[in-house]
Amino acid sequence: MHEHYYHSQDLPRFGEIGKDAPHLAEKFFAWYNAVFAEGALTEREKSLIALAVAHAVQCPYCIDAYSADCLAKGSDTEQMTEAVHVAAAIRGGASLVHGIQMRNHAEKLGM
Amino acid sequence: MGRVLPTLQKRHAPLSSAASQRARLAGVPLARSFEDALAGAGLYPLRATGIDVFQVNVGRKCNQTCRHCHVDAGPDRTEMMPDDVMDRCLEVIEGTDIPTVDVTGGAPELHRRWRELVARSRAAGKRVLDRCNLTITRLPNYAYLPDFFAEHGVEVVASLPHYRQKGTDTQRGDGVFEESIAALRRLNEVGYGQPGTGLVLNLVTNPVGTFLPGGQQAMERDWKAQMRRLYGIEFNALYTITNMPISRFLDFLHEGGAVETYLQRLLDAFNPAAAAGVMCRNTLSVGWDGTLYDCDFNQMLELPVHPHAPQTIFDFDLAKLAEREIVLGPHCFGCTAGAGSSCGGATA
Repeated sequence: MHEHYYHSQDLPRFGEIGKDAPHLAEKFFAWYNAVFAEGALTEREKSLIALAVAHAVQCPYCIDAYSADCLAKGSDTEQMTEAVHVAAAIRGGASLVHGIQMRNHAEKLGM
Repeated sequence: MGRVLPTLQKRHAPLSSAASQRARLAGVPLARSFEDALAGAGLYPLRATGIDVFQVNVGRKCNQTCRHCHVDAGPDRTEMMPDDVMDRCLEVIEGTDIPTVDVTGGAPELHRRWRELVARSRAAGKRVLDRCNLTITRLPNYAYLPDFFAEHGVEVVASLPHYRQKGTDTQRGDGVFEESIAALRRLNEVGYGQPGTGLVLNLVTNPVGTFLPGGQQAMERDWKAQMRRLYGIEFNALYTITNMPISRFLDFLHEGGAVETYLQRLLDAFNPAAAAGVMCRNTLSVGWDGTLYDCDFNQMLELPVHPHAPQTIFDFDLAKLAEREIVLGPHCFGCTAGAGSSCGGATA
């Protein structure tokens, strides 16, 4: 194992994923770019959502990319921190709400 | 407002002189020079296309010391345009067909003849832009400014890095945001940014950091919605401007060991379309001492216009200046990165 699994210099190499399957990569990147274009949501709002999701899926490349993108699109660190809290709340809430499953099951088993 | 920091000059900082800044920039190893980048786009040598904007930098005194300021302006600066230079500028303004007069500083309103410069330029039929830091209008002796702007139909170009407090105060100083919002409300009250008044209020945002600004149109839509929602403030347009690696922003980069990274970022984002529209091609910049420059950035690096062109306002020759070759340097990548950057925002 390498000492570090992720390297920041690999992020700009994302496009190399098209090697051996260029038709799939072309479709992916075209769709990806369309997703982030301004629509019913602004580009800035989409970037904040991406930042939150990046933290939920804990992708270091996405966190780097969307931290920079959020700033460039005009968000500040207070807004970005709130977005990360949204991700954390959903992750935490997702665990906690399963406590109901625990309670349901415990009630079946208990007296 | 909170504490105002001393300028680089006051601190005798190593990068306070133009020569030391030029040397620092020249020492950055880049894969290609700005001249090479322009040549690749078929734009070298870069020449002026005319003079549409007569930009007058009346002095370096300011009531703020913003961290990104390319002028190293501040309360401790004393450079102010003397009368003979001001008189000659007014002769040129009144004696030529150059349509726009762009007044900058420092805080230009601190010059004792600023009102005369504005009033005579307007009387000569010019479009007049005042680059206003907003907080100057909150000082007791300058509270007249919003009414004066409106009376003379001055186009106000106001700096506001962000529509929230944190970013603005980080870049411009504690308390600046609150005063800026109060100033903008007052400008709205006298008609600026309001439909049907013809009074134009444009905002300028610089990134609060070492990243490039995002798309100007999308940010303008977002800013208008946020400024209206949060503060009930209206404005006409948002200009996104890239931080230039000059003076205090260069010092900030240097202290953080980020000069090379930032210049590489600018180079990587070189956009030929932005290069074709750079402001120096239709602007003439006059320094406080009457020296002529291609832009305010070259002015701060003490890079006067090409030696074949007239060097001072006293030698002004419109025909020679209108087709001069532009003087270039690595800092020019700041105006050609991404969507481009100019005193009027994005260029591509």
